[in-house]
Amino acid sequence: MLLILAFPLVALAQGETIGGTLVYRTDGERNPVEGVTITVSQDGTPIGTAVSDAEGRWEVPLPGPGTYQVSLDPLTLPEGVALTDPAQVELSNVAVIGGQRRSVIFPLGEGATGGVSTYVRLGALLVAGLKLGATIALAAVGLSLIYGVTRLVNFAHAELVTLGAVIAYLFHAGGPGWPLVVAAIPAVLIVAGFGWLQGRYLWQPLRKRGTAVLSLMVVSIGLSFALRSVIQLFFGGLPVAYPDFAGQPAIDVLGIPMVPKHLATIGVSIVVLLLVTQFLQRSRTGTAMRAVSDDRDLAESSGIDVNRVIQVTWILAALLAALGGVLYGLNESISYDMGFRILLLLFAAVVLGGLGTAYGVMAGAFAVGIVVEMSTLWLPAELKVVSGLVILIAMLLIRPQGIFGARERIG
Amino acid sequence: MDWTQVLAAGVIATIGPVTAGYALSAIGLNLQFGYAGLLNFGHVAFMLVGAYGTAMTVEFGGPLWLGVIVGVVAAVLLGLLLGIPTLRLRADYFAITSIAAAEVLRLVVRSSWAEPQTGGVFGIQGFATDFHRLNPFPATELYGIGQFVVTGRTLWVIVVGWILVLIATLFVARLIRSPWGRVLKAIREDEDATRSFGKNVFAYKLQALMIGGAIASLAGILFALEQQSIYPGAFEPRITFILYVMVILGGAGSIWGAVLGAAVFNFLFYATDTLMARLQANVDWIGAILSPAEAGLIKYFLVGIALMLLIVYRPQGLLRSRDEGPADAA
Repeated sequence: MLLILAFPLVALAQGETIGGTLVYRTDGERNPVEGVTITVSQDGTPIGTAVSDAEGRWEVPLPGPGTYQVSLDPLTLPEGVALTDPAQVELSNVAVIGGQRRSVIFPLGEGATGGVSTYVRLGALLVAGLKLGATIALAAVGLSLIYGVTRLVNFAHAELVTLGAVIAYLFHAGGPGWPLVVAAIPAVLIVAGFGWLQGRYLWQPLRKRGTAVLSLMVVSIGLSFALRSVIQLFFGGLPVAYPDFAGQPAIDVLGIPMVPKHLATIGVSIVVLLLVTQFLQRSRTGTAMRAVSDDRDLAESSGIDVNRVIQVTWILAALLAALGGVLYGLNESISYDMGFRILLLLFAAVVLGGLGTAYGVMAGAFAVGIVVEMSTLWLPAELKVVSGLVILIAMLLIRPQGIFGARERIG
Repeated sequence: MDWTQVLAAGVIATIGPVTAGYALSAIGLNLQFGYAGLLNFGHVAFMLVGAYGTAMTVEFGGPLWLGVIVGVVAAVLLGLLLGIPTLRLRADYFAITSIAAAEVLRLVVRSSWAEPQTGGVFGIQGFATDFHRLNPFPATELYGIGQFVVTGRTLWVIVVGWILVLIATLFVARLIRSPWGRVLKAIREDEDATRSFGKNVFAYKLQALMIGGAIASLAGILFALEQQSIYPGAFEPRITFILYVMVILGGAGSIWGAVLGAAVFNFLFYATDTLMARLQANVDWIGAILSPAEAGLIKYFLVGIALMLLIVYRPQGLLRSRDEGPADAA
């Protein structure tokens, strides 16, 4: 019992599983469906995958009782077989009690579209990749801008993402019951305020004290840890989904099934990113931000109020992160550690694009998103995040300043 | 309110395997962060490869002693693989890559793809029988006074653990006093100056990473043997951050700092845990606002705050003088 922290004991004895048998009926005959991939996840983290055998049976062992999400990969269905209800591709609340071997059913029938062609498969993965890229781009740009103006690699950026999603949830599904689109507005504004607050009353005094950059990174780790515990305390440990747009059916675009909220995510993100580019390129504050990023002392001596620029950067970065959090929560789930789970993908995007740059990071985020989703062509779905991290490490080997970064930034 | 229970939880944690294991890992981190100035945010990965190297070797039919060697060698190799591409880069890049590498390892061992070898999310059990067979103390007998008791089984882990801590501390102390250690400290203070004296800065950093990693792998092995069970959930990034609190608390770059930090941290951590659980159960208004699980979260919040306050207000920790150390070097 002493090692509760490091090694909590797993309830292994019971051996809970989720399983089932995939069959479809033709002329009253039961045909087993072989080779279909089914993924069981919890809190958005995959627990395991199973592939149905020659009798159509599949089973995924579980670490313990709890609520799980079970999803079937429609792209692995054989030709001529489809889900009778395409919205049933994921069962989101499968509760498993101790010792239970829970069975779930995916009703299958003869598919009108026939099997899934390579074209459809690639198209669907590309959209998934763009959607992931769109969300991480929003958060990663802020992370990079903060680095640009303050030289701080802020690990607590992840919690800005989480806070955005969580506060939107509270306004949406909690007391006020506002539609998600409305609830997102106060969420983004509150987080922007919080960003300003920490920039002004935490990081600025630390900079004034002359605290070393390495120490500041350790501070940001501590802040991230503390914030995550507070969010977990008030929000609970279980992942939830926004009631709006849940289980939205896919529509057909150019023969590829697409979920409208995914397309909306990509659209919103691209519009916001374009606004950010315009802001950086055209406005006085945006220009000042780039100047401080390039050479802080020179910017200061040419009359730029550096502290004000840094404060504006904090507001902008927090605002973008919160919006990214809402969009991520819309497509995946909302939990106290969602930000921390995508933080490393943010770093991958930032390193790929070039630490401190804005445009490079946007491109880097989309590249990371697409690679992560496309990697499921070869890798099991639960390892797709690994491909993003491998890009990060490979990039550092080949071109550490990033695709768009300037060479002297490396030091 | 029974204060002896709170005290007993703190004291047993302080002398128990948990502190021995964390102290061992912290000694490794202290060599990397405290002496070489490496911001290794993926330290838990070395514990992971140590534990899995041992467990998997036994699972494949090898003897336990071979498993321990495999675990340590795997950690040294990890240090090499991680260090070669990244140690030439700036400190913040190294920090990002090290945490990414640790997460890659954790995700891979927990995946169903690697399950035939690693046991996936369930991990590996029953590889430590040989270790507990060597136990000279009767396993179920109780040792100690009053509430301050441990079983013979735990006592065996405590003895082995603290012997390892002692050996590792003396080993690092010797290293640091050697010319090698002086170069290492010089690198931490001023990398460019050291390079201008013709020292191969990269090689020294790499060696520090590998040696620190090997010591941390022993900590992973110790935890694995104590639990007789390993699984990926035990190697989450937060373990690394807790180790940072310990190293900074004790004094980064001081020989006994890592051990002291681990002991003080665990005393406070487990005493707080028991205190919060008692308060939650016995004080009405606290019980009304916090569930037992929520009361358990308070200690993690305090860990985060402690890390922030320590690095800002007392970067030299409890043991070291203000004028040397990684916090002032960067």
